[in-house]
Amino acid sequence: MRAADVRSGGWQGIASVLLFLALWQIVSGAAESRLFPGPLTVMQSMASEARDGALPYHLGVTLARVGVSFVIALVAGAALGIALGRFRWIDRWFHPWLVIFLNVPALVVIILTYIWLGLVETALLVAVALNKIPNVAVTLREGARALDKDYTEVAQVYRLGAVKTLREIIVPQLAPYLLAAARNGLALIWKIVLVVELLGRSNGVGFQLQSYFQLFDVPRVLAYAAAFVCCVLLIELLVFSPFERRVGQWRR
Amino acid sequence: MTIRIHIDRKIYPAQACAPARVLFENLSVELEDGEVCAIVGPSGVGKSSLLQMVAGLDRDFAGSIEGGAQPLGYLFQSPRLLPWRTVRQNLELVMPEHPGRAKDWIAQVGLAGSEDVYPQRLSIGMARRVALARALAVEPKLLLLDEPFASLDEETSKGMHDLVAVHLKKLRPTTLLVTHHWHEAAALARRVITLDGSPARIVDDQPVRQARAAE
Repeated sequence: MRAADVRSGGWQGIASVLLFLALWQIVSGAAESRLFPGPLTVMQSMASEARDGALPYHLGVTLARVGVSFVIALVAGAALGIALGRFRWIDRWFHPWLVIFLNVPALVVIILTYIWLGLVETALLVAVALNKIPNVAVTLREGARALDKDYTEVAQVYRLGAVKTLREIIVPQLAPYLLAAARNGLALIWKIVLVVELLGRSNGVGFQLQSYFQLFDVPRVLAYAAAFVCCVLLIELLVFSPFERRVGQWRR
Repeated sequence: MTIRIHIDRKIYPAQACAPARVLFENLSVELEDGEVCAIVGPSGVGKSSLLQMVAGLDRDFAGSIEGGAQPLGYLFQSPRLLPWRTVRQNLELVMPEHPGRAKDWIAQVGLAGSEDVYPQRLSIGMARRVALARALAVEPKLLLLDEPFASLDEETSKGMHDLVAVHLKKLRPTTLLVTHHWHEAAALARRVITLDGSPARIVDDQPVRQARAAE
């Protein structure tokens, strides 16, 4: 029953995407405007950018930035969130800071880091990480607060030690929160990276989008956006979904 | 190893509208090596809290627990099996040097074939048997059993009871058994301590035969 559901769900998903592409093609055909190209034109632009090597190069640069910022934000945010969730005095002291950083506009952080650190790679990574760390910390703080003391006591009684307690007791309980933070993190980080590239870098998808925006080359703007979305979908499919299945195995 | 428990004072802090409460005051118990001692008494008197203190999970009291033997086996009131680990993995976790024995222990508690099942698929009786296997698998010098037969049907309770009796004989750990029921205490323990009052005090402490006669 469940396998059948999944299979039919998979077909519905594919059919839904095909329907979306067909509608897009029809509407763009009716619009007859170079500012509203159809999916076929976008795919042609994508193929052309891929042939001359620009698309893989800029995509690679941006993905590397996303990857590094993602790891920094996730590790620092998780450590901060767990500390806030476990130690009430840290939470009392730093909760207001968290609220402030959560509400500082991303653009302000980006501009200030470029001004203070210069138009360099480090500034980009710092800006992206600073934008994301508070979100990760808030999610993981909830996870740390929800840790069940009963299981920690089991670890104490059977003298599991710090590493085993972390691996066998703490991380499995935090896994859903880590997954949520990672998913939201990726979605937010790649968008911020594009803005940061657009404002102060000379390569990457954000830089390319700005260049083609100035030329009003909408097919290429959409080609880069589509290529990046495909990459993120692949990450979801190959990394997040298998991880989710693995950590949620026991719930089925 | 003899275990000496002496609690000068244990206070439950005030919570919401409930005022602070002195749970124990000048309470002393001494357990001989290998002795099986039952603690009986009404709900809320502090039996489970006493086990927590003996296990070292609650250190917020004035007094001392000497000779807290290791390894320690603890059957909590709820089974507390890790839900994200299978039955076998739950046992392997506490006996990393003998992972192969997990299967034997599972068979000994009558759950052969359930090795790779996650705990949420188990009934409360089955889960408690796995938790008992976990407590015994470490070959404890000190065994704490908190209401091992509570909320089990008669047949499962009897099965659990026989299991505990067999392994107490085999492993001979110093044992503290908390229960509401006299017949459970009398069947497994050589000595029965009755707690009552607030703060809780020992109102009776005698070998099972005399205790049974006094009943």
